[in-house]
Amino acid sequence: MAQEPITKVSIIVSKGSLEGVYPALIMANGARAEGISADLFFTFFGLDAIHRRRYEHVKVATVGNPGLHVATLAGGLPGMSSVMTHYMERKMEKLDIPAIPEFLEMIADSGAGLYACKASCDLFDIGREDLVDQVKDIITVGEFYALAAGAQIVFT
Amino acid sequence: MPVATYAGREVDVDVEGFFTDPGQWTRDMAPEIARDAGVGDLGPGHWKVVDFMRAQYSEKGTGPTVRVLGKTSGVSVKELYELFPTGPAKTAARIAGIPKPRGCI
Repeated sequence: MAQEPITKVSIIVSKGSLEGVYPALIMANGARAEGISADLFFTFFGLDAIHRRRYEHVKVATVGNPGLHVATLAGGLPGMSSVMTHYMERKMEKLDIPAIPEFLEMIADSGAGLYACKASCDLFDIGREDLVDQVKDIITVGEFYALAAGAQIVFT
Repeated sequence: MPVATYAGREVDVDVEGFFTDPGQWTRDMAPEIARDAGVGDLGPGHWKVVDFMRAQYSEKGTGPTVRVLGKTSGVSVKELYELFPTGPAKTAARIAGIPKPRGCI
């Protein structure tokens, strides 16, 4: 039996690490490229990805990240996260994967909605002025569910 | 293999409607493919993208993704989605008679 195609996705970004943010951005952008509606909802540390002063400084987690294959003790050395992030960013640039600011602009231009979680903004004292222009609104969980009606919800 | 008829001629397409032999495509087929793809009438903006897809395919053997289109076609990402709401690279490739572009970004 043929499966119903996916027509809408709502992607929740809860992590503030490079490897936490990129999969969500790639999935949202890829959804739009397929003609699938997409919204991104940034919560908790995921807010760093849409924070004016932080979104250019999102880093790879070098501690508690076994997939990186760096010993935990070494991963905790000062500067380790910056070095690994720099290395990853260079590789991504070679593959023409955009940096977060450019990626957000591209996703917003594709018609996807970017939203921030109200509870997390309250928790971290983040106001509308702290968030990048592409963010449409700061919304409650209830408003998120209303926006997500009929969508597949993806939590990252 | 599925077959479609455009401009009165039969062409080979895949299950999603993309040409499997770009050599079978002629410009007079584009308006009919566009209608099948839900785009409606082709304007100068659509043609600019379709021609660009076609040129890129003959040069590189693959069609560009939305990101590449936005950077190199002279049509912005925003305009691309206005022209082709169901996916610019995908829809323009279908109208241009080339295979679906592969790429995650």
